[in-house]
Amino acid sequence: MQNLELKDFSSVTPEQISLPATAGPIDRGLAEVTEHSSPLPSHVRKKGIISTNLLKWIAKRTLSSILGLFVISMLVFVATQALPSDPARVILGPEASEEATQILRHQLGLDQSLVTQYLHWIKPALVGDFGISIDSKMPVVNLIAGKVKNTLILLGLTLLVLIPAAFTIGIYLALHKDALLDRLAISFLIFVKAVPSFAIAYGLVMLLSTLVFNIFPAVSLIQANQSVWSQLQFMVLPMLTLVLSSLPYLVRLIRGSLIEVLQSDFIISAHLRGLSRTQIIWKYAIPNAVIPAIQAIALISSVLLGGALVVEVVFAYPGIGSALNAAVDIRDIPVIQAVVVFLASGVMVINLLADVVTVLLTPKLRTA
Amino acid sequence: MHAIKQFFYSNNSQINVGLLLTSLILLLAILGPWLAPYAAQEMVDARYSLPQAGIALGTDYLGQDVFSRVLHGGISIVWMSIASALLGLVLGVVLGLVAGFFKGRVDQVIIWTADIFLAFPHLILVLLVVSMLGRDKWLIAITVAIAFVPGVIRLTRGLALSISKHEYIEVAEMMGYPHHQILLREILPNILTPLLIHLGTMLSWSVALLSGLSFLGYGVAPPEADWGLMVNENKGGLQIQPFSILVPILLIALFALGTNLLAEGFGRKFSRINESTEVSEHA
Repeated sequence: MQNLELKDFSSVTPEQISLPATAGPIDRGLAEVTEHSSPLPSHVRKKGIISTNLLKWIAKRTLSSILGLFVISMLVFVATQALPSDPARVILGPEASEEATQILRHQLGLDQSLVTQYLHWIKPALVGDFGISIDSKMPVVNLIAGKVKNTLILLGLTLLVLIPAAFTIGIYLALHKDALLDRLAISFLIFVKAVPSFAIAYGLVMLLSTLVFNIFPAVSLIQANQSVWSQLQFMVLPMLTLVLSSLPYLVRLIRGSLIEVLQSDFIISAHLRGLSRTQIIWKYAIPNAVIPAIQAIALISSVLLGGALVVEVVFAYPGIGSALNAAVDIRDIPVIQAVVVFLASGVMVINLLADVVTVLLTPKLRTA
Repeated sequence: MHAIKQFFYSNNSQINVGLLLTSLILLLAILGPWLAPYAAQEMVDARYSLPQAGIALGTDYLGQDVFSRVLHGGISIVWMSIASALLGLVLGVVLGLVAGFFKGRVDQVIIWTADIFLAFPHLILVLLVVSMLGRDKWLIAITVAIAFVPGVIRLTRGLALSISKHEYIEVAEMMGYPHHQILLREILPNILTPLLIHLGTMLSWSVALLSGLSFLGYGVAPPEADWGLMVNENKGGLQIQPFSILVPILLIALFALGTNLLAEGFGRKFSRINESTEVSEHA
């Protein structure tokens, strides 16, 4: 169970990623390849294969995520509360009297030891109580719950468009490898990948809502009291920006891994056995190219959580990103803490799920 | 047609275009302040004036000359992105090699910490620190570098592990070379190419990160000229005077694209060389 270094795709270009997935069918040999027809490898369907080892690994992985979350909460706490800048002074401004600062410092509990402060903060936070917003005097949870929902809707819509689009384009390009269209598409994807997301956002605004065409509203004027679903026209540009900024990575990964699978021994022997091309591609090649994409989708989801920050600010979309931006602007520390901890937990949960799914789908990792 | 085809099929054209774009932006950023017709904070006309004689790109939200501010505003993002990418690489490689050198507990702790930091989106981490500690340019560059370190640690360690399985490393171990010498003399030089390619990738990341930070209003502080900041300052005039946004965005995009093409081009070139040497070894 040591072979778990799966999720570091951040520093590697899609073409360089090794594919644990392809090892499965090759190992199991040709006989089994021609036997099983389900995209889920046969071992998952077999009884009693999900071993205690595997359960142990999942438990260990979960525990390490929870531990990591605690470390993150400490980091966030230290960064916001204990760094040289005095929060009370920051909140009141340089003109405030020493007395007023002292009183606020006491109210914020800043005169206690760091450990006490942390415990005072983390205990209620564990049940979702992140204190009172300094700016609006409302409980932080009430303040950000609606914004979290808006962001999740935006990200959900993005994934809904992104994943089918990426698979369609990636598979098409892999099957037409080195055609001129493939090369042009790759160049376009490199361009989109390089350009920062706020630049893409303004490019889209100029193209679709102001200078060239005037189809979509440039700013999200979403009414808080109405459902977002009735105001979909405001979602189009933020969603499109997020899709464009994450499309290159996913498309190139799917294209790269499918090309690699298509060149592997078990596909070649399937050809030699006389299986039809369509059958080989859809039954054997694509299911085996999907597994690296699961890790990539997890990575993209966490990138999107960060990317939402910029995109929401550009389009004034009332989500968690613009809430964080506003909170940082006025040093609303409880809100900053809650949002950052929420984002980090989101990333951790996504990574955990992706690792578990990958291990379940990859025989070599599952049984080792 | 043939020429076009050739262009899109060759790795060298990626490197060439990348080199061209990057050096153009570097030249513009370095020579810009000398070429600018006005000072960065000089008022030349009414707010958001359209381009006319003497003010080639119009004016911005205060009435400053956009063309001059574009020429003045490149140097900050250029040096900050190069500094943070270099610093991130050095810190990450050192920590990665330390992890590989001590192995065991030290290795586990370093990797575990790196993994935790990887859960933070870069921008959020940088935003958090910068908003609490202030907008000093060196501080921003160092924070961006630190955000890159976990990725470099993982890459270094992964590369070092794969190299350490080669026979010449085993031979060096059997000959009784000290561990640190093997790391520095045998392993480091052999993982340098992928690390330098990663430097290019980090460079394009830091261009995006730093300009995004400026755009959000937490990077370079006004009234200084900076491309990302210009987009933030002039976003209200998008419909009246689009040049004040379009030009800085275009320059940021070209710089990011240039650095990215360099990383891609060299990455592909060297992975192809590696493949061919491997094949010839087996043959």
